[in-house]
Amino acid sequence: MQTGPGAALDSAVRDREATIDERTTVEAGASAAAIVAERVTKVFGAGAGAVRALDDVSVTIRENEFFTLLGPSGCGKTTLLRLIAGFDQPTAGTILLAGQDISHLPPYQRSVNTVFQSYALFPHMTVAQNIGFGLEMQGKPRGEIAETVGAMLKLVRMEELRDRRTDEISGGQQQRVALARALAPRPRVLLLDEPLSALDYKLRKDMQIELKRLQHETGITFIFVTHDQEEALTMSDRLAVMRDGRILQIGSPRQIYNHPAERFVADFIGDTNFLTAEVIEADGRKARLRLGSGREVAADVPEGMQAEGRVTIAVRPEHAAIAGDGVLEGTLENIVYVGPDTHYHLRLADGTGFVVRSQNLRDADEARAAGETVGIAFKPDAVQVLRD
Amino acid sequence: MQREAPQQGLVEAARRRVARQGWLLCTPALIILVFAASGPLLIVLVYSFLAPGDYGGVRWELSTEAWFNVLLNRDIFSGEVGLADAHLSIFWRSLSLSVLTTIITLLLGFPTAYFIATRPRETRNVWLFLVTIPFWTNLLIRTFAIMEVIRSEGIVNTGLIGLGLIGQPIQMLYTDFAILLGMAYVYLPLMVLPVYAAMERFDFRLVEAAYDLYATRWRVFTRVILPLVKPGVIAGSILVFIPSLGAYVTPRVLGGGKNMMLGNLIELQFGAGRNWPLGAALSITLLAIVMAALIFYVRMAARNEAGRE
Repeated sequence: MQTGPGAALDSAVRDREATIDERTTVEAGASAAAIVAERVTKVFGAGAGAVRALDDVSVTIRENEFFTLLGPSGCGKTTLLRLIAGFDQPTAGTILLAGQDISHLPPYQRSVNTVFQSYALFPHMTVAQNIGFGLEMQGKPRGEIAETVGAMLKLVRMEELRDRRTDEISGGQQQRVALARALAPRPRVLLLDEPLSALDYKLRKDMQIELKRLQHETGITFIFVTHDQEEALTMSDRLAVMRDGRILQIGSPRQIYNHPAERFVADFIGDTNFLTAEVIEADGRKARLRLGSGREVAADVPEGMQAEGRVTIAVRPEHAAIAGDGVLEGTLENIVYVGPDTHYHLRLADGTGFVVRSQNLRDADEARAAGETVGIAFKPDAVQVLRD
Repeated sequence: MQREAPQQGLVEAARRRVARQGWLLCTPALIILVFAASGPLLIVLVYSFLAPGDYGGVRWELSTEAWFNVLLNRDIFSGEVGLADAHLSIFWRSLSLSVLTTIITLLLGFPTAYFIATRPRETRNVWLFLVTIPFWTNLLIRTFAIMEVIRSEGIVNTGLIGLGLIGQPIQMLYTDFAILLGMAYVYLPLMVLPVYAAMERFDFRLVEAAYDLYATRWRVFTRVILPLVKPGVIAGSILVFIPSLGAYVTPRVLGGGKNMMLGNLIELQFGAGRNWPLGAALSITLLAIVMAALIFYVRMAARNEAGRE
């Protein structure tokens, strides 16, 4: 028989799979969505001082997905999370959890649990009591609570500290307890509100991997809120980039990074060179552009955009290369060696700055010098047209 | 190692110096405690074992008569020993009114403290300030004000009669109700302030965390808020209960001569009763009741804590 840490979890996953199967047969198609937000608006305050924290936001988060809400502070990501958790209620629009309208249900009637930024562990309870709290409130029998708490302690590797007070353990350990506490009642959806922001760099890296493992092992849908683009890219199955109460773009990390639809998205995620170009011809998602240098390049166009006239384009530094003959020409101003890469800072003829990042090979010798004029070549599919 | 030794000596010396200064700093308080509290207490204890003087004061001969009279009395004619019913009923009234006062102030004070603690930071001080306003006026004057409100020709009765709700004025003054009303009014701030202090430190994000984990409003209150503000509730209860038990002015003014509490009984012995030893014995008894009640209360609170483990 299974007695390892996975035993309780395996059965939990099996239960979930069973319920998912059931629902697939009952209401085909719709069951793939864990959370559906439909035209959700949230206004705080009233009158002249009213703040529109969310403005007509629609998003579908799939079952068993690691979904990230990414954006700068004040973009509405935490507001959306709080609406899903039930701490606030939408001014307009609906939120569905597994097909059921939960927009106006109190938090304790939703199968959604939250890992808080501040952890919000109960200081008057031990680690084990914290983890068991949700199950206790659900009225689960003692035996089952003890069993699940044990499995959760194993899952987050905290067995030795089960009887400690929460102020006697480190920040990283508190983080694990907060996770275990939120996972213990087996919610359909787990919300994580910038849970790693209080940890130091090394611990954050470890927890990123840990979170992915937990999501994989439990099969629970994770909705993760962060302002850290690197965190969003490395952890998410899909992410939504938010700004000023709106979702600008939803996609996989690869799609978002390689095909940002808007200037803000391209700027917020990774490093980007911005240029302007003239549209020669556009056909759906593809276009031919003329650069400032007069050379022509192929480019991708965001869905639904009519590309015409002068447009802004984005080229990632690593999608360009220093070449004898390129589509652009620039003067080398600075060469920065950073170990795996070398960054070439160039100035184009029209005064725009441009950065090329090239991977260092072991036997490559330093051939370029500042002040030299060199060509810049684009790798295939390097150019992305942006909405402004 | 060699360098560390003298340094450690310096640290040790500094610590000793600071400790000495600490003692020095609390000397005034210690002097007051010894001379103004422990000294008189000792005198009272000694007096309780002496015989009463004919015109007040004490005669210096050892006697346990006062202690005998705390709970018992001897019939002057038959010499029969029985329970001192008058004293017992006063003990009972003092204890029950004090417990009730504590409960009432807790029921009123807790929501008040919660209200203040959940206001924006800038307005909290205004609310606290309002709570302390009654302290500006002398206790006696405030008590007479209550008397004015509830007496037969007071505004409550005339108001109710004017509205036609009652035909006869309700006798409120000189009842236990009047004492209770007065004490609850006087001691309410002593409950609000410590409960507020505990609640201000309370992290209200824990409430959301508990809601999130399927706790209903009631469960959030009993399982998260209450355990964490309990130190404030205990402090407030002690601050209300102790002075209630020894209350003197309020029962004297609002209870009339009939509805005495312990404080009044003690005063009587030192005044018109001319039985200082009995007054002293009753004082010590009051002290013992307070201590017993406190120990019981704290024990109970601690056991609740342990029961949750």
